[in-house]
Amino acid sequence: MNRLRQVFEGKKAFIPFITAGDPSIEITEQLVMQMAAAGADLIELGIPFSDPVAEGLVIQNASERALAGGVTVDSIFDMLMRVRKACDVPVAFMTYVNPVYAYGVERFLRNCHEVQVDAMIVPDLPFEERDELMPYCRKYGITLISMIAPTSGKRIQRIAREAEGFIYCVSSMGVTGMRDKISDDVKDMVRLVKEVSDIPCAIGFGISTPGQAARMAEFADGVIVGSAIVKIIEKYGSECVPHVVEYVRTMKNAVSRG
Amino acid sequence: MIMSKGRFGIYGGQYIPETLMNAVIELEEEYNRLKNDARFNGELEYLLENYAGRPSLLYYAEKMTKDLGGAKIYLKREDLNHTGSHKINNVLGQVLLAKHMGKTRVIAETGAGQHGVATATAAALIGLECEIFMGREDTERQALNVYRMKLLGAKVHVVTSGTQTLKDAVNETLREWSRRVRDTHYVLGSVMGPHPFPTIVRDFQSIIGREVRKQILEKEGRLPDMLVACVGGGSNAMGLFYDFIEDRDVRLVGCEAAGHGIHTDRNAATMTLGKVGIFHGMKSYFCQDEYGQITPVYSISAGLDYPGVGPEHAYLKDTGRAEYVPITDEEAVEAFEYLSRTEGIIPAIESAHAVACAIKEAPKMNRDQIIVVGLSGRGDKDVASIARYRGVDIHE
Repeated sequence: MNRLRQVFEGKKAFIPFITAGDPSIEITEQLVMQMAAAGADLIELGIPFSDPVAEGLVIQNASERALAGGVTVDSIFDMLMRVRKACDVPVAFMTYVNPVYAYGVERFLRNCHEVQVDAMIVPDLPFEERDELMPYCRKYGITLISMIAPTSGKRIQRIAREAEGFIYCVSSMGVTGMRDKISDDVKDMVRLVKEVSDIPCAIGFGISTPGQAARMAEFADGVIVGSAIVKIIEKYGSECVPHVVEYVRTMKNAVSRG
Repeated sequence: MIMSKGRFGIYGGQYIPETLMNAVIELEEEYNRLKNDARFNGELEYLLENYAGRPSLLYYAEKMTKDLGGAKIYLKREDLNHTGSHKINNVLGQVLLAKHMGKTRVIAETGAGQHGVATATAAALIGLECEIFMGREDTERQALNVYRMKLLGAKVHVVTSGTQTLKDAVNETLREWSRRVRDTHYVLGSVMGPHPFPTIVRDFQSIIGREVRKQILEKEGRLPDMLVACVGGGSNAMGLFYDFIEDRDVRLVGCEAAGHGIHTDRNAATMTLGKVGIFHGMKSYFCQDEYGQITPVYSISAGLDYPGVGPEHAYLKDTGRAEYVPITDEEAVEAFEYLSRTEGIIPAIESAHAVACAIKEAPKMNRDQIIVVGLSGRGDKDVASIARYRGVDIHE
């Protein structure tokens, strides 16, 4: 069932992020299907949270818009159920741990299994705390993604040895958001991972332009882009779908060239 | 399930982004080294005595005791510390810790402004760069403290995200720490956040309870029957309680902010109404909706206006060792006025929540029993907002 392997097989992956329910759950449904058709290899779907401490302003605002619009974990599961009738694109949830904990960890992951969510990215659940979700991730076949950051140092190889699916490499210090320059330090992070594991590495935080994406894809297995897409959604609202599709197509091409 | 480090029962832990993990690991290692270092402890003791003014008085509130006609009431006068609250105990410890760790910059969140002022003060003294994050609503409620921090050389960032109060100030300070962690120490102001903060802050605040033990034994030759303190994150309560946890006959009572009442949606009664969750780096009780979204909280007191509580308090609640009671705005304001009028002591509105609890409990107790109230701060900062509450418009 788990399709994460095919995400990176024989190609460089482009992984777009959107916040579920921004600007509405109906648009999110269209975005998931259309981004998949435009070449997205894995879709990172953010579950909005009241207090997203790892996010910059763009995604903070998207979370606020989504919550104000009334989206809930239940309406997100329902939406994915509809998507699954027509589309089998791999999906990773990006969520803070409290919405999962409040919903009930087993209930949440059982539902993930039912709507074929492939992976969980939980920014406030570091390596040391992964047992909070891991037993039920295992039980329901959902991959819990490990993250590494520029400050991880000696932790990188320890994390890499046990990581599954792919590693989310945080390219920059701080929170999510577009940046003019991405430091080359991330290249060393990927090299350290590859010394101990052949697990794919996807780079996120700060990437917005095709040029940046192509440069990252030279040494990484995938590129994750969030704020730049959310910014397009913010700008065009319910008319955003064609604009996002065009952007995803451009970025996928750039990553494939990388 | 294997429990990670820094647990109080199931509570606590280190639920923070990977970017910050090495910082908290380094902090724990350095703290464990320095807490037994004679030079570090000598420096800290010197500052606590000569700069903060410790030990703080344990004052017998005789008029209040006679008026209420029950247990003897003592006030632990943390309001007399330099900067006007218990916050200085923790801040001097952490800023010294930061200096010994080679950090050149400290950042902190603040609600009422007491922790921000204390951090700015210690940073000025020790010579570190200082930036404080404060919710916009709180900067308006506590304008005087904003200016105080600036006078002390700190930069104050007004936080406009979310509910624009203490919770959002913590969010923003965490974000800033992840932007610039290498030269910066986050001086967390309460017994909350990821391990090792709840332990470090408790240790630095536990001087309150140690002094109380010594002082009450000198004055009364016996331990108190009850300790009462207000609880937002819970640092002054933890500081007062900690040395007495093994003394099972001493009742430990934490007072949380019930705002307009626990049957309204305008309160911050985390222990009474909250559910177990994971937020701000810790597993503990939080005010949240059924989907785990943190819900807006309210209290007249900016320092208690927080949707969570320190993990060790959550543990003390579950084990029944401590009890937590809600106190409304109205009860706190009445206690604020009562203590001013009766003893000539204007308490912080936060501390007035504990005073209100003592006013309720003392008459139910015998005259040979003893209550110690943690008077965590002084009330100068609250005078204008209490006047507003009473419909009096004054200009500061």
